Amino acid sequence: MSNAIIWVIVIPLLASLLCVIWSRYASFIAIISNLLTLAASILIVAQVYQSGSFNHALGSWQPGLGISLRADALSSILLLMSMIVISAATFYASAYFTDPVKRARFWPLWLMLVVALNALLLSGDLFNLYVTLELLGLSAVALTALSDNRAALQAAIRYLSIGLLGSLVFLAGVALIYTGHGTLDLVALSGMVQAEPLSQVAFGLMTAGLLIKSALFPLHFWLPSAHASAPAPVSAALSALVVKVAVYIVLRLWVDVFDLAVTPLSAMLLGTLGAIAVIWGSWQALQAQRLKLMAAYSTVAQIGYLFIFLPLIVTLPEGPLQDAAFTALLLMALTHGFAKSAFFLSAGVIQQYCGHDRIAELGGTARALPLTTFVIALSGVALIGLPPSGSFLGKWYLISSSFQAGQWWWVLVIAIGSILATAYVFRILGYAFGPGESVGRVLNWGRVEIPALVLALFATLILGFGSADLWGFISQHSDFLGI
Amino acid sequence: MISEQLLYSLAGVGLFGIGLRATLLHHMLLLRLLALNVCGAGVFLIFIAIAYGGVEMIADPVPHALVLTGIVVAVSATAMALALGRRLQALNDE
Repeated sequence: MSNAIIWVIVIPLLASLLCVIWSRYASFIAIISNLLTLAASILIVAQVYQSGSFNHALGSWQPGLGISLRADALSSILLLMSMIVISAATFYASAYFTDPVKRARFWPLWLMLVVALNALLLSGDLFNLYVTLELLGLSAVALTALSDNRAALQAAIRYLSIGLLGSLVFLAGVALIYTGHGTLDLVALSGMVQAEPLSQVAFGLMTAGLLIKSALFPLHFWLPSAHASAPAPVSAALSALVVKVAVYIVLRLWVDVFDLAVTPLSAMLLGTLGAIAVIWGSWQALQAQRLKLMAAYSTVAQIGYLFIFLPLIVTLPEGPLQDAAFTALLLMALTHGFAKSAFFLSAGVIQQYCGHDRIAELGGTARALPLTTFVIALSGVALIGLPPSGSFLGKWYLISSSFQAGQWWWVLVIAIGSILATAYVFRILGYAFGPGESVGRVLNWGRVEIPALVLALFATLILGFGSADLWGFISQHSDFLGI
Repeated sequence: MISEQLLYSLAGVGLFGIGLRATLLHHMLLLRLLALNVCGAGVFLIFIAIAYGGVEMIADPVPHALVLTGIVVAVSATAMALALGRRLQALNDE
């Protein structure tokens, strides 16, 4: 059954090529291939659940020479989340693009993005992480440029050049690791790396490269313009997944591979940057004039929360407390993935219906687009962290971990961030429920509204009530956590 | 006496630094792309210096394979940035 790990990469890759050949049936091919990939990712999670993490050496080449794929609790859960988001966004995109030329260009790139995401999450060595990071960056930039206006192209060029810089810095770190240890295999490295200068310099370079990719304050400057000017399904994938897998690599390096090279001071530095990101991003989201720009700044803030967990995980003793902090981190990441993608898809519906996404002119939306407004409210619940969303539990454990680790000051940041989030969510809802002229017939666009609703329900209900299972799954298979 | 391997590694680090500085300083797309490529060349030089094991020894093939992959990625990314730049230019001219 370890074949499933190949299928999640091969199916979208083949489908992407087929979409180039038969562009007339591209949406059909994409939907089928995403459902198959989703099924394969469920198989992977099931296998990790039953028998723990597993490897697959492509072409039976020995690790270190060939490409090794690896699935464990962390990567399989993120894989499942991204395939659910991608599948919903695929249904949405099949009705979103009306221009046949744009549609023909969209599908191959979109499926390439899926290939890169899945391959990145399942990579077992550092160099493959670099290659998949570049693949992801290139397909994300091309998809951003699909909007084909000046703002989008400028954002895409900035995104591309800053992304290239990030991955070159990452690659320089990879080169140093190979000098010191003669291998790039993550499992082999995690037993070898000690707190010696070479590894720490390499670790620092790789982290710096990844911080650009994951848009941690003050390296977030490229994100709002790129995420706000891309087409809606692309923005959803960029904000929910592309930024998050860079955070995934940071986590993988910090808690799994380089755990012995981590110093509390460096973790504290990242935590502080995360805290500034929470407050700065939320404040900018509150100031934003456009719906998608607001969502993009809110992503900067939500990424900040994930980095606040790092100093806590490093400080807490190994055992249930550390597991709880780690699971809460994962829960926050998953909730944000579902909620932000739902939000962007809904923002796309509003943009198509009203012809703009200026927040101050949203009046009447609640009556014209009731379902979409409901989805925005639901994902707002998850962004603020109200019960029963997954981020409520995540923030709850973030606060309790802060007290247990003796770092109470994070609690203040979380409180301010949550208040600001409440303000920016209710600001939108206030305008949307207000009176307005755009009151025509009540619209129900099933194909574009229901995918967003499903994602928002995942963020608020399913993750909130199903988090006990996630908890059990992670604590049972947290052998990679070894600080 | 400084070894050849160290000399090439340091040259790679130097190139990387020059490229990094220029990437951060310049705002023109073309200059920035050139700087990024210099930066990349520095990283590739470090990889090649790592592979060298002495006059008598066969060079380690793994870093060579990595550099080849890296060059392919760098070329395609540069091409894409140029294409985007041209498209932006065309939109500006309209």
